[in-house]
Amino acid sequence: MQDFGAAFWLAGELLVSGDETLAEIVVLSLKINAGAVALASAIGMPLGAILAVARFPGRQALVVLVNSLMGLPPVVVGLVVYLMLSNAGPLGVLQLLYTPTAMIVAQTVLVTPIVAALTRQVIEDMDAEYSEQLDSLAVGRLARIGTLLYDARASLVTAVLAGFGRSVAEVGAVIIVGGNINHVTRVMTTAIALETSKGNLALALALGFVLLTIAIVVNGAVGGLRLAMVRDAHA
Amino acid sequence: MRLALLTLALAAAAFAGAAFAADRYIVVQSTTSTQNSGLLDYLLPIFTAKTGIEVRVVAVGTGQAIKNAANGDGDVLLVHAKAAEEKFVAEGFGVKRFDLMYNDFVIVGPPADPAGVEGSTDVVAALQKIAETSAPFASRADDSGTHKAEMKLWKEAGIDPTAASGGWYRETGSGMGQTLNTGIGMGAYVLTDRATWVAFGNKGDYGIAVEGDARLFNQYGVILVNKDKLANVKADLGQAFVDWLISKEGQDAIAGFEVEGQQLFFPNAKGE
Repeated sequence: MQDFGAAFWLAGELLVSGDETLAEIVVLSLKINAGAVALASAIGMPLGAILAVARFPGRQALVVLVNSLMGLPPVVVGLVVYLMLSNAGPLGVLQLLYTPTAMIVAQTVLVTPIVAALTRQVIEDMDAEYSEQLDSLAVGRLARIGTLLYDARASLVTAVLAGFGRSVAEVGAVIIVGGNINHVTRVMTTAIALETSKGNLALALALGFVLLTIAIVVNGAVGGLRLAMVRDAHA
Repeated sequence: MRLALLTLALAAAAFAGAAFAADRYIVVQSTTSTQNSGLLDYLLPIFTAKTGIEVRVVAVGTGQAIKNAANGDGDVLLVHAKAAEEKFVAEGFGVKRFDLMYNDFVIVGPPADPAGVEGSTDVVAALQKIAETSAPFASRADDSGTHKAEMKLWKEAGIDPTAASGGWYRETGSGMGQTLNTGIGMGAYVLTDRATWVAFGNKGDYGIAVEGDARLFNQYGVILVNKDKLANVKADLGQAFVDWLISKEGQDAIAGFEVEGQQLFFPNAKGE
C-alpha cells in the first residue's frame, strides 16, 4: 500500500518538475499514437463505411472477421511486424526495425479493425435511417458513403477515441518492434514495463498515473471538439 | 475533424522522416542484467562522448538476443551464455567472441528459509534441499543466460525440476525482474545474477541465501556480428565498440561502475 502513496507523490513531482526524460517519452508516445490513430482512421473509416453500405456475397463473413480482429493479440502483431521488418524478413531493406515508424505500423494494424468495426456499425445504423431519403435523391454509392461519414462525424469521434485507447495502453507489440531503446523508441508503456522489471514499483505506478492523466487530457480535448461539432450542426 | 486528421497525418509524416536522420549508431543486442543494473546507462555515454557513435540497446533475454542478432537485427551481441555464444560464432553469425567481464549468480530467498539453505556456499546441495523440502522455487524458464545456468546447476544436482512444474517449481517464463517480483510475491527462492539483485528496487524482506560457490560464476562475452553473413551489419562502428570495451579504458570503465558502493561487474578481457 505504501507504493500507492509514494506513486502519487512521485507522479505529481514528475509532472510539476517537467522532468526532461519523461517529457521526451511523453512526446514520443503522443506522436506514435497520433500517427497510428490517424493512419488507422484513414484506412478504417472508409473500409467500415463500405462494409456498411455495400452488398456483396461474403459481406457478413467479412463483418465477423473485422469484428474479430478487434481482439488481435498485440504480441502476435508485434511478432509478425518484427518478422516482416527484420533484416531477415521481406521488408528488411526498409531498415525500419527499432524505429518509431515500426511502432506506428504495429499500432496501426492493431487500431484499424477497431475503427473499421465501430464505423461499420455507426454507418449501418445511419444508413437505415437515411436510406429512403438518399434513394429518393438517387445519390450514387460513393457520394452516399461520403454523406454518411460526414453526417456521422460526431459519433465517429468515439471510434477514434476507442482506437486511441487501444494504442496508448498497448505494450506487447511496441516493445518487440521498437526494442524499448532509450531516447529512440522508449514510450510510456515500455518505460512502465522496464521500471516494473527493475523492481521500481512506485516509479512504474507513477508513470501509469501520468499516462492516465494524458489520456484524460486527450479525451477531454476531443470531447470538447465533439461538442463544438454537434453545436455547429444544430446552429 | 478533417483538419484535425490532416494535421495528425502531417505530423506522422514529418516524424517518419526524422527517424532516418541519425546514422552513426549501432544496435547492440544485450541482456536485461546489463540494462537493469544500470551498467549500460553508465558505460555508453562515455563511449559516445569519445567516438560520436550512438549505441542503441535492445535488452532482452540471451536466447532472444542471439536469435535477433542471427536475423541481422543487431551489430554487436553482449550476452552471458558461453556455449550458445560459441555456437553463434561457429555457425558464422559472429566474427569472434571475447571474454568481457564476469560476476556471479546468487540464490535469494525469504527470511523464513523453508529449505534451510541460508548461508550455504554449496549451490548443488542447496538445490537438492530445496527439491527435497519442496520449497517453492521460481525459474525464468525463458531460455535466457540465467535460465541456462540454472538448468545446468539442476543437472549437476541430479534433479529434473520441470517434473514438479506447477508444484513447488514455478516457471514464470519472463525476465529477471519479473521473476523476482513474482518469486518474492509467492515466497519462492530465485536464482539471479548479483548485479540485477543489488540494483533491484523491490527486494521486500528477501536476502541472499546462497552465494560464493565457484559454480555460480557468470561470464559475459561480446561478439561483433559477421558482415560476411549478414550484409547490413555496421562492421566498422561495431568493431570500434567491441575494441573499446576490451581496451584498458573500457575495462577500467566497467570496473568503475558501482551501485551502493558495490562493484557489480569485474572486467576480464584478455585483449588481442
